[in-house]
Amino acid sequence: MSCQQTHELIHGYLDGELDLVKSIEIEKHIAGCPACTRSYEGMKGLQSALSDSALRFEPPASLERRLRTALRHESKSEASPMMFRWRWILAASSLVVAVLLIVAVAGIFSRPASEDLLAQEVVSSHVRSLMADHLTDVPSSDRHTVKPWFDGKLDFSPTVKDLSQQGFSLNGGRLDYIGNRPVAALVYQRRQHSINLFVWPSSEAISQKASERQGYNMIRWSNGGMTYWAVSDLNLAELQQFVQLLQEPNQSQLR
Amino acid sequence: MSDQSKVERFEDIAVPHLGAAYNLARWLVHNEHDAEDLVQESFLRAFKSFSGYYGGNLRAWLLTIVRNTCYTWLRQNKALRLADSIDDKLDEVGLDFTDPEVLFEQSMDSQMVRQALQELPVEFREVVVLREMEGFSYKEIANVVDLPLGTVMSRLARGRKRLHELLVRRMGKEAGIELSANA
Repeated sequence: MSCQQTHELIHGYLDGELDLVKSIEIEKHIAGCPACTRSYEGMKGLQSALSDSALRFEPPASLERRLRTALRHESKSEASPMMFRWRWILAASSLVVAVLLIVAVAGIFSRPASEDLLAQEVVSSHVRSLMADHLTDVPSSDRHTVKPWFDGKLDFSPTVKDLSQQGFSLNGGRLDYIGNRPVAALVYQRRQHSINLFVWPSSEAISQKASERQGYNMIRWSNGGMTYWAVSDLNLAELQQFVQLLQEPNQSQLR
Repeated sequence: MSDQSKVERFEDIAVPHLGAAYNLARWLVHNEHDAEDLVQESFLRAFKSFSGYYGGNLRAWLLTIVRNTCYTWLRQNKALRLADSIDDKLDEVGLDFTDPEVLFEQSMDSQMVRQALQELPVEFREVVVLREMEGFSYKEIANVVDLPLGTVMSRLARGRKRLHELLVRRMGKEAGIELSANA
C-alpha cells in the first residue's frame, strides 16, 4: 500500500471501520513508513485528547426530572385532542355518509360527482388550514423530521421531498381528514403562496388533471399506489412545475 | 397501550440517551439553557411519533431529531455559521498532520481542546463530537447527519485536520506569550 492510499484510509483505520484485509495492509505500511507513523501517532494523540471526559457536557439532574414531567403532561394532552379528533371524524364521516346517500338517492351518484365532492373537500381543507392558522402540526423544513413525524399517526408513510433548491421550500406537515380517511398534508411555500399537498393511499389509478375552484388551482394525480392533490393560490404554470418536480425521481433521495 | 405504560416504555429506552443528546445539543448551540430546552423539545417530538416499540437504532434516531431541532433553532436565531466551503473529496484531505509532535510534546489541557473544538465549523464539530465523544460508528453518524458513509469519513478527516491546525495555532500563541514574558 502506498502513502497516498494510506492517506485515504487511515481515518477509517483509526476508527476501526476498515475490514481486516485493509487494516492489515495499513498496519504493514505504517510499520515501514516513518512519515505515516508520525501522522498516525499525531492523530491518535488528538483522538485521546478528545476522549477526555472533561470535554463532555453532562446534563443537569433537573433536565431528566423536567423531561419526565413534560412527557406525562404531553401524554395527557395528547389523549384529549385525539378524543376530540375522533369525535370530529365520526361527525364528519356521518355527514359524508348522509351527503352520499342523498346524492345516491338523487340518482346522480357517479364518478364525477364523488370526484367533485373530493375536490371541494380538498379546497375546504386548504382554506381552513390557512384561516385557522393551523398550517402545520410539525413545522420543519427538514424532510427527515417531517416524514418520521407521520409514523404511528397514519397507516402509510408519505414520501417527503425536499424541493427547496427548486424554490419550493418545505414548511412542515399536518394530519388532515379528506374523503373519509386521515391523510397526510405536506405544506410547501413558493414566495408568499402556501401549497398544500394531500397524500393518501388508493388502489385506483387516476390520470393527472388540473382544475380550478374558488380561485384556487389544483392538480390531482396518482403514482405508486398513492393519490396526490396539490392545491394553492399559486398560478397554474408554477403549480404544474411543482407537480412535475414531485414526480421526478430524485437522485439525492435514493440513498 | 395505555398512556401511562407508553410514557414508561419511552422513558425506559430513551432516557439512557439523554446524556448523549444533551452533549450534542450543547456542542451545537453553545449554551446550556437552550441546549436543555432543545433536548426536551426533541424528546417530546420523538415521544409523539413513538408508538410503543422502536425496532431500529433508537440512539441514532433520537440524536437525529436532536440535531435537526438544533439546526432549526440555529437557523431561526441566525446563528448557523457553516464552513465557507466543504470539499468532501477525500483525496485532497491527505494525512499531512503538520507537526504532529507538537501534540505529543505539550500536554493538551482540556480547556484548550474545548476552545478549539468550539471554533470548528458546525459540520465538522458534529461529526467529531459523535465519533470521539459518543463513539458512534460511521453508519450511525451517516444516519444522524444524513450523509453517505464515504462522506462521513472525509468529513471526519477534514474535521480532525482543521482541529489539529487550530490547536497548533493556539499552542504557538501560548508559547509566544511565554517567550515574550521571559524576554
